[in-house]
Amino acid sequence: MANVVNMEGVYYKLKDYYILENVNLTIKKNDFMALIGPNGGGKTTLLRLILGLLTPDKGNIEVLGMAPGKSKNIGYLPQKSSYQSNFPISVLEVVLMGRYKQLLKGYNKEDMKSALDSLKKVEMLHLKNQQIEKLSGGQLQRVFIARALSRKPELLLLDEPTASIDPHFQGKFYEILSKIRKKMAVVMVSHDIGVVSSYVDSIACLNQKIYCHGPVEESVEGLEKAYKCPIDLIAHGFPHRVLREHE
Amino acid sequence: MLEFLQYQFMQNAFIAALLVSIACGVVGTYVVIKKIVFISGGISHAAFGGIGLGYLLGINPVLSAIPFSVVSAVLMGSLGKKIELSEDAAIGILWSVGMALGIIFINLSPGYAPDLFSYLFGSILTVPYQDLLIMLVLDLIILGTVGLFHREFTAISFDEEFAEVMGVPSQLIYIILLALVALSVVVLIKAVGIILIIALLTIPAAISRQFTHHIPRLMMASVILGVILTSMGLWLSFLFNLASGATIVMVLGAAFFISAILKKIWYT
Ligand SMILES: Nc1ncnc2c1ncn2[C@@H]1O[C@H](COP(=O)(O)OP(=O)(O)O)[C@@H](O)[C@H]1O
Ligand SMILES: [Mg+2]
Repeated sequence: MANVVNMEGVYYKLKDYYILENVNLTIKKNDFMALIGPNGGGKTTLLRLILGLLTPDKGNIEVLGMAPGKSKNIGYLPQKSSYQSNFPISVLEVVLMGRYKQLLKGYNKEDMKSALDSLKKVEMLHLKNQQIEKLSGGQLQRVFIARALSRKPELLLLDEPTASIDPHFQGKFYEILSKIRKKMAVVMVSHDIGVVSSYVDSIACLNQKIYCHGPVEESVEGLEKAYKCPIDLIAHGFPHRVLREHE
Repeated sequence: MLEFLQYQFMQNAFIAALLVSIACGVVGTYVVIKKIVFISGGISHAAFGGIGLGYLLGINPVLSAIPFSVVSAVLMGSLGKKIELSEDAAIGILWSVGMALGIIFINLSPGYAPDLFSYLFGSILTVPYQDLLIMLVLDLIILGTVGLFHREFTAISFDEEFAEVMGVPSQLIYIILLALVALSVVVLIKAVGIILIIALLTIPAAISRQFTHHIPRLMMASVILGVILTSMGLWLSFLFNLASGATIVMVLGAAFFISAILKKIWYT
């Protein structure tokens, strides 16, 4: 089975400085990877390259065996959606867009079911007919999460999904992820290193270059290099002491 | 009030008002929700080049306006991406070049240009039968295209980037939408004239937008409002012997203000 994502020697330049430099990254089937790094480290850029929204200056990217942008079997939660906030559209209609297939193909029963299911998962089903301009920022984020989930893709890209979400739903969100992660590869950008590290299989640390990429336990050193400061992987208040306990 | 309907030209005018309202209600909805008012203004003015071309070639200017405005719509939508140019600059350039071309074409045409004013300011009372037929065909094309691509139009209007990720060919769909704007411009030329077209493309949808959040209902409401308001304008222009295009636009403007006030009262 080919990898879900294969990046080899990828460079991405803006004007005259490199945002990404010699990035090599593989994501395997059913991988659950956290993409971690400081603000401006290039995480969003990396996801947009995988999606084909940006083209690398050098290097090779393959997504689900195709060129980026060719495979549409991808779920995406953008960090900053470019949506129109006062658009005349309901919550359910927004989520259905995650089920878009191709020109001239309407949404069928299965699409509707998947959309409603995802809304239920993010606890927004009761607001399915709500006008989106009447939602709070966090509620909207949940709708966009549902939109990404409803696709049931082979690859799910989540860019800072837990930003603007309340603690209750954050717990619920990780629960959702641990349920679906057997069915797809998931890449999640996050700054909650402590929490995330107890759920994911691997961590990639990105700050212009990939500083590390591997199982959680082996990634601590790279993390510190990427962030340029020591990192305490055991977050305060979280019970999952999975890391380097016996060293 | 109804006796003026007995005149043949009045009947034609009402048919024209109906055809106009279908185009501006359906396409105008997208113009308003996708916020492409400026580019639509550009397309409608550039269409004057097509009118001039008609005079030059000695064919019906409404016919020659069709390819001309579609091509300028496609150029406005794609030029900004092809060369390093912001879209609004591309619009401004094509807007004025289109109009200038129209003037040059008319200069070059033999003789003088009869009823040039009707293309600039509209004359819904004198729409010939052949033009009504053209308007009907264009309306059918518009309705058919929206029927086929409404999902994509909504998707790119709401969130173009996400639509692209989901596999919507968003650039192509945007160009098709602009081509529909171009076709509705042609439908509207005879009714209100090039200079006032943008009023019909925006006002009915902008009024309806205040009262519904559902795109199909928004289109329906805009069409119905369009019929009522243009007929009202037509009747008033007949009654007071005023220019029909301008009267229609004044009625639309007044209706918008009244609706805005009503909405304020409604929600307080
Ligand atoms: N549209 C843009 N225009 C200019 N600079 C950008 C743009 N997008 C990203 N950048 C720059 O690229 C770098 C990486 O950004 P980004 O990928 O968003 O980082 P991250 O998601 O890791 O915070 C930053 O230094 C940012 O300033
Ligand atoms: Mg980012």
